[in-house]
Amino acid sequence: MSEFTSGTLTAKNIHLSFGTNHVLRGIDLHVEKGTTASVIGPSGSGKSTLLRVMNRLIEPDQGDILLDGRSVLKDNPDELRRRIGMVFQQFNLFPHKTVAENISLALRKIRGMSKEQAREEALAQLDLVGLKHRADARPANLSGGQQQRVAIARALAMKPEVMFFDEATSALDPELVKGVLALMTDLAQGGMTMVVVTHEMGFSRNVSDVVTFMDAGVVVESGPPEQLFNDPRTERLQGFLSDVL
Amino acid sequence: MDILKQLSDTFLDWEAMGEVVPKMFAVGLPNTLVLAVISGIIGTLLGMALALMGISRNAAARWIARIYTDVLRGLPPVLTILVIGFGFGPIIRELTGSTSPYPMAIAALSLMSGAYIGEIFRSGIQSVDKGQLEASRALGFGYGASMRLVVVPQGIRRVLPALVNQFIALIKESSLVFLLGLLATEREIFQIGKDAAATSGNLSPYVAAAIFYLVLTIPLTHFVNWIDARFRSGRPEKKEPDDAAAVVGKGAHA
Repeated sequence: MSEFTSGTLTAKNIHLSFGTNHVLRGIDLHVEKGTTASVIGPSGSGKSTLLRVMNRLIEPDQGDILLDGRSVLKDNPDELRRRIGMVFQQFNLFPHKTVAENISLALRKIRGMSKEQAREEALAQLDLVGLKHRADARPANLSGGQQQRVAIARALAMKPEVMFFDEATSALDPELVKGVLALMTDLAQGGMTMVVVTHEMGFSRNVSDVVTFMDAGVVVESGPPEQLFNDPRTERLQGFLSDVL
Repeated sequence: MDILKQLSDTFLDWEAMGEVVPKMFAVGLPNTLVLAVISGIIGTLLGMALALMGISRNAAARWIARIYTDVLRGLPPVLTILVIGFGFGPIIRELTGSTSPYPMAIAALSLMSGAYIGEIFRSGIQSVDKGQLEASRALGFGYGASMRLVVVPQGIRRVLPALVNQFIALIKESSLVFLLGLLATEREIFQIGKDAAATSGNLSPYVAAAIFYLVLTIPLTHFVNWIDARFRSGRPEKKEPDDAAAVVGKGAHA
């Protein structure tokens, strides 16, 4: 299997409730391998929750999730998550470990690499995000942008077939956003399959192949970025775009 | 002046103190330390088990931990030590042939401190940002591995000061085991002072015992303050987790 021959991800009719709160109401999302899908929408629309359902951090009440055309709901969820990298708004680096250890931990304990091998791989991944020189620092001593790049390196080190980004730049100071977005753009153009929940309309418009607009737990509109941004068909999307642009 | 003289005779009789101090060094101090350290270690292991049970998905485990903790924390230490020492002592004697109440003393102290340490660990583990568990699970670690490698180590670090405080309490509570009637070689600092005070009719041996306890506990108290300050200023404040971004809900523990 070469690097990007897999990773087509499909969510079908996903429903999820927390108590009486019906968060996802029949979501369909299809991400072709090697493409980038961005998901936009107001806060509370269920975007972040949808990501967590698609890698089974939260189990859906109803619906199906397919990876390369095969349902993954019956498999071990840990196995699924090893194939899907995830980057969080708050970075969620492990503060009690060094930058290099953040990356090597899963390589050693899950991939079974030796300590030396895992460190070497961690350094290689850090080099790709330009942070090899901070390998032995603690995450707390890095800027937010650097922390997020480490978090991306940590996810990439597992050689995922798909990458999820959950508002990866929302917690960053404005001047740090650019570096992280540039890294995400490189990844997308390198052929990584990506699902990007974002408030960065520029990124959504310029980098993604498909844009999906969610509101109140449903997909309101979905299509190529030119269509959604230039010619929004629903009032809800028109209203949303006029609020954020 | 009479009163001062009387007080000084009662509490600061150097001769009476001089007599008891060697014995405190030779017998009392080692026994106090053995009681406190061994019960501290067993209590810590027990506390970790209780903490993990307390946050477990298994309702039975949670209830057992809850009831155990409520009962052991709710009883006066003296009562627990007497009940365990005199209640279970004879059974152990029959099983092992040992007449020493020492193991029962350690058991009682361990069971009590386990309840407190369990609550300390539980609060520490629960204070770790939900995003940590989420990030670990997103990498493909199972729930157990995530707790062991990521969440629990962070939780323990945060409660180290409280843990040392609990150890100080244990040093003090170890004085209560005199109630079980220890053999001469098993007596700890307090009982040696008490015995000497009873035979001499002078309270100075108690003062000597007090100094021994303070020499043990005051440095520990300052050690707590030191690690506390280091944790506060040595590490930048962690950002509050964004609740919306860290939904660990149904199935996240699966």
